[in-house]
Amino acid sequence: MFRTDRGRRSTAEADVPEVDGTPIGRRTILGLIALAGAGVVGGKAVQDGLAKVLAPIELRDPTGLISLIPLGDSFRFYSVTGAVPTKDSGTYRLAVDGMVTHTASYTLADLQAMPQTGLVRDFQCITGWHVPQVHWSGVRLSTLLDRAAPTGGATAVRFRSFDGTYTENLTLEQARLDDVIVALQMLGGPITHDHGGPVRMYVAPMYGYKSTKWLSGIELTANVESGYWEHRGYPVDGFINPSRGEGA
Amino acid sequence: MTGTVRRFAKVTRAVHWTVALLMISCIGTAAILYNASFAVAIGHRHLVELIHVYSGFALPVPILLGAISAAYRLDLRRLNRFTPGDRRWLFSRSRRDGSIKVGKFNAGQKLNAALSGGAIAALLGTGLIMYFPSLTRLSWRTGATFVHDWFALAVGLLVMGHIYYAVKDPEALRGMRAGRVSASWARAEHAAWADEVPGSQQDVEQGPGPLI
Repeated sequence: MFRTDRGRRSTAEADVPEVDGTPIGRRTILGLIALAGAGVVGGKAVQDGLAKVLAPIELRDPTGLISLIPLGDSFRFYSVTGAVPTKDSGTYRLAVDGMVTHTASYTLADLQAMPQTGLVRDFQCITGWHVPQVHWSGVRLSTLLDRAAPTGGATAVRFRSFDGTYTENLTLEQARLDDVIVALQMLGGPITHDHGGPVRMYVAPMYGYKSTKWLSGIELTANVESGYWEHRGYPVDGFINPSRGEGA
Repeated sequence: MTGTVRRFAKVTRAVHWTVALLMISCIGTAAILYNASFAVAIGHRHLVELIHVYSGFALPVPILLGAISAAYRLDLRRLNRFTPGDRRWLFSRSRRDGSIKVGKFNAGQKLNAALSGGAIAALLGTGLIMYFPSLTRLSWRTGATFVHDWFALAVGLLVMGHIYYAVKDPEALRGMRAGRVSASWARAEHAAWADEVPGSQQDVEQGPGPLI
């Protein structure tokens, strides 16, 4: 390096003693790239370990500082529109319509009066973050579908959100899976507005984008229509484990 | 009264400020994407994400394009090379008293440049993995998210430190803004560099000099 540098050195560089040092800058850059590469491959294990150690401390941390550490095991809040209206037990309605024999409009109380199914599953985003062991409960989507009695031509379910923009879909077969619920509770309480409450979908075997927040409508359709993120490149088939959902 | 000396050429300054703008765009949008209350209040996730991702993709462009300028390439070479004096400076408690003659960049500036460069590369790579989920398996995407979060936190602190030192030293800031600094500042903060630069030493004899 030295010899070639000297050979090529122009007059401007001739009196620059500084460039004779060790190339620590380049080594630092390469070192950080290598560290990042190792983190991509092994980061999940490190993160799971860190989360296990820090979670109990975080619960008793009066300063709240530990919650600022990016452990990567907490929810990130996605909203695709501007302000989303807030709905409560008085104003919330869930429509079931489209290719059905019986359309319906459920209040929150109606849904709460139906049989509830509890699930404890990891919430997994397609970009990589996940939240381990989240408690969910709500009404199986299949219960609502049975009540609606889809007509012969219906093969898919389309979900609408009262954010006015978001849509998602499942095939009718996927929609009838046991671990696909219209969720009323998560993390041990009613679903908060930021988490998509009071009612959202939770499609356990699929990536998070399949679980529509601020659920306002369930529509039976003849074909699967691409949803919001699917128009923007995500796969229509959202199974985390392609052979079926995890934990099925 | 002392004269001024040229510190940064146009291209170097253009690269610095373009990178600064893109970095601020990345950090601002990152805060919206990451922080729960911002994320829900501002929403429009896809748009925010596009701004973030394309600011990030653009970050290396000015850094690489700058290489058309010989002055910029020399600045990079100086930043890259650490001398034994740099090591002494970095670990000295009295590093600011001028007893260790500093070149055009002190060891802290060199370290900031190297860490920023490495972090930009790491964030770009992990960002690509997160933005194109079909490229890799899920466990790598989880790893990439983990790396991206930690590097982002580190870069945030680095940028804050960088701005703190710049604001604390208006003459250093002027060098990056206008390209020139006072000869007296150059002699006090970057004595070895001042020795190389014609004009900075003569001022001592030529000017009336400060009242000492």
